[in-house]
Amino acid sequence: MSVIGKIATLIKGSARELGESIVDANGARIYEQEIRDARDAIARAKADLTGVMAKEMQSAREIERARAEIARLENLALEALEKGKEDLAEEAAAKVAEQEADLERQTQLHAEYALQANRLKELIKVSDAKIREHEREVQMAKTTESVYKATQTISESIGSSGSKLMSAKESLERIKKRHEDLSDRMTAAEALDRELGTKALEAKLAEAGIGENVHRKEKVMERIRARRDAKTVVDEETRA
Amino acid sequence: MQTLQKRLEGLDVLIGARLSGAPVSLQPIPGTIPVAQVVIGGREELPIFITASDAQILCICYLWHDTEIVPEKRLELLETMLDLNPAIPLSSFGRVEGRHVLFGALSRDARAEDIADDVATLSDNALDALEALSPYLL
Repeated sequence: MSVIGKIATLIKGSARELGESIVDANGARIYEQEIRDARDAIARAKADLTGVMAKEMQSAREIERARAEIARLENLALEALEKGKEDLAEEAAAKVAEQEADLERQTQLHAEYALQANRLKELIKVSDAKIREHEREVQMAKTTESVYKATQTISESIGSSGSKLMSAKESLERIKKRHEDLSDRMTAAEALDRELGTKALEAKLAEAGIGENVHRKEKVMERIRARRDAKTVVDEETRA
Repeated sequence: MQTLQKRLEGLDVLIGARLSGAPVSLQPIPGTIPVAQVVIGGREELPIFITASDAQILCICYLWHDTEIVPEKRLELLETMLDLNPAIPLSSFGRVEGRHVLFGALSRDARAEDIADDVATLSDNALDALEALSPYLL
């Protein structure tokens, strides 16, 4: 079963079950031990492989050497035969036989070393795959554990602060309202700015003797004087 | 590996800079596992929680609880969320113990700047998602 499959099964179970199975420190420790063991196995296999490959190369050199020696001795034996030196030829033939035996032994060793090297390479590959699988499993278990523990911590924190979790809609409405308030305030501020700007301009215009606000006092006095004059006329008419 | 707190130093300023200078508060939450809470001014109801494990750093924003979904719209909502997942930059929908979340995952070696990018984007995405999907909620 895949790692994700296992986690999915656990999550479908109760949270408690999840706590007991994934958040199982002991289980994680066992995996970690297995990872360490596999790493050690790889290290040993790599060291062994170096030795075996060195021997493989040595035997290859020995084979070459024996072949060359056999060819050389056979040529010598042939030459001796041609010159009628039977004893020498036989002596050389004995050497060839020795070399052939050696060649056979070296060839066999060479094949064994090659086989061993292949086995070690396979072992390294398998151990490496096992490490990756275990590491993924441990990481996923730890991540799941971490997320669930973090959620618990967050829930506890929210619980202990006395503030209850609002519903999503309430949250959204509050955020939107705050945003609208801010936007209203900004609109109001802009309007105020504009208004203040207008007033400042009017004040400046008045100072320069331009606009409605100029000579306001004089105008009021004029109005009052006009009323007084009108009143005087009425009084005089009444008396008359 | 640095502690979460060390890694998050100065994150409030970095996040604020990415959100038009919004005030940002960053505080650790005591518990068995390191969690930091990020509260963004104007979006106080949608805090973002940052937590770290051996494998990754997670930034999580809680959206709604299973019980808040209009029952007859449930399947449609879930399918919409699945469809949306690949389209939303940096954030994905998920569910933890019945709570639907939007989250961003980063490598445990992520720089503070990368975390700030993720948190700022997550906050924008969460608000957007809440608004877009609120018709499915009670």
